[in-house]
Amino acid sequence: MSKVTIKELNLFYGKFQALHNINLPILKNEITAFIGPSGCGKSTLIKSLNRMNDLVEGCTISGEVKMDDENIYAKECNINLLRKRVGMVFQQPNPFPMSIYDNIAYGPRTHGIKNKQIVDELVEKSLRKAAIWEEVKDDLKKNALSLSGGQQQRICIARALAVDPEVLLMDEPTSALDPISTAKIEELVIGLKKDYTLVIVTHNMQQASRISDKTAFFLNGKIIEYDETRKIFTNPKKQETEDYISGRFG
Amino acid sequence: MNAKKIDKIAVGFLYAMAGVIVLILFSLLAFILWRGIPQISWEFLTTPSKSFQTGGGIVIQLFNSFYLLILTMLISTPLSLGAAIYLSEYAKKNLLTDFIRTIIEVLSSLPSVVVGLFGFLVFVLQWGLGFSILSGAMALTLFNLPLLTRTIEDSLRAIPLTQREAGLALGLSRWETVNLVILPAALPGILTGMILAAGRIFGEAAALIYTAGQSAPALDFTNWNPLSISSPLNVMRPA
Ligand SMILES: Nc1ncnc2c1ncn2[C@@H]1O[C@H](COP(=O)(O)OP(=O)(O)OP(=O)(O)O)[C@@H](O)[C@H]1O
Ligand SMILES: [Mg+2]
Repeated sequence: MSKVTIKELNLFYGKFQALHNINLPILKNEITAFIGPSGCGKSTLIKSLNRMNDLVEGCTISGEVKMDDENIYAKECNINLLRKRVGMVFQQPNPFPMSIYDNIAYGPRTHGIKNKQIVDELVEKSLRKAAIWEEVKDDLKKNALSLSGGQQQRICIARALAVDPEVLLMDEPTSALDPISTAKIEELVIGLKKDYTLVIVTHNMQQASRISDKTAFFLNGKIIEYDETRKIFTNPKKQETEDYISGRFG
Repeated sequence: MNAKKIDKIAVGFLYAMAGVIVLILFSLLAFILWRGIPQISWEFLTTPSKSFQTGGGIVIQLFNSFYLLILTMLISTPLSLGAAIYLSEYAKKNLLTDFIRTIIEVLSSLPSVVVGLFGFLVFVLQWGLGFSILSGAMALTLFNLPLLTRTIEDSLRAIPLTQREAGLALGLSRWETVNLVILPAALPGILTGMILAAGRIFGEAAALIYTAGQSAPALDFTNWNPLSISSPLNVMRPA
């Protein structure tokens, strides 16, 4: 079943067209990977799924992005609610400069959960889901910035999960991390599939093939090929896809 | 001469220059302390000054300085904070905001005598506030606003974009993100800016001569009715 459906999406930064007529389903409880060379529009597309592109001056969009059955670019769409439903993890870990506990509790508290016990439970649950509870449970008061990069990234994942999203977007979440932290995050992302719908941008072909169910290959703002990950990596239909995954360009 | 030798000479020269400056500052400070410290006593700090005779203290001057400082900060902090938040978080980059920035820049380089004369014409005469603490505080606010706005804006801008994205991506509104994420993170910088501003205000004299007046009435430190002329709290009295 399709959780998010992208239809005839065109996106311009000023006069420059960054996305050309994108049509793509993102299936529920699956991991969809975006791959493609630098500058081909992967981040642009992932950011248009939670309307982070609204922050960019001069960015205009036509077409539709439907979440369940609601067009998120409709006028009546509540952007803050949308971003609560569609969480995001960034390339650089960006925890708030405060304690681990407060980092996680921040979203739920601002969204109106005041009961300390409920917040406590939420913090523990989110940290467990992000596979970092065991490492930090004795030290929740510690400043999140004093953690390692890999730990910080998992804190950010926990922070995103704490507001109870339905979709989780990850833009190169492991590109700043060492192999061990990367492996941990990959494992945890696979585990999240049963509760969430995930989209991940990655430059790491092995990563895409290890963890994703579907893969979309981008080139110059267009989707060249979209299929089951296994097929894309073993038997791509397009020459460009084959060239890219076999490392001949990009 | 080889590079090593030139390097040594240059370093020696720089040490000498630094030494001269330190020496001058140090001897000034030493002189002030040497002459001043024996004169400072609790009594000096807590009694009013006397006219036409030697002796007396500086309690009124001291009180007025602090009072002006507090009033000025009370008026200018919310204004600067608001302007800085607007400029760094909301303002689009266009001709208007560029213009506003230029104006702030120009204002911040006004000599304080000019600010004082402006305050005299506008607050003291035009608005009829007379020589008063209030006129003084408003002139100091004018003097203080541009730089305070600049320093607060700079400390807000120093917070990386990723923090804003993090807040927004959690579904916080723009205002919640500014208020709950950016401001707390920028607080140390903002406080530093305020302390520096306070220092400037405390040491400011020229702008006050024309606005707060040059002589304070006899103050009665037991009279806390802000409307009475001899009350230290009265903002309409001269200082
Ligand atoms: N804020 C912006 N303003 C103008 N152009 C932009 C902006 N952001 C991205 N672009 C342009 O849009 C195109 C797509 O950029 P995007 O960041 O989506 O690429 P990407 O696929 O994520 O690349 P990378 O793998 O390097 O992250 C690029 O040509 C880029 O120069
Ligand atoms: Mg990118």
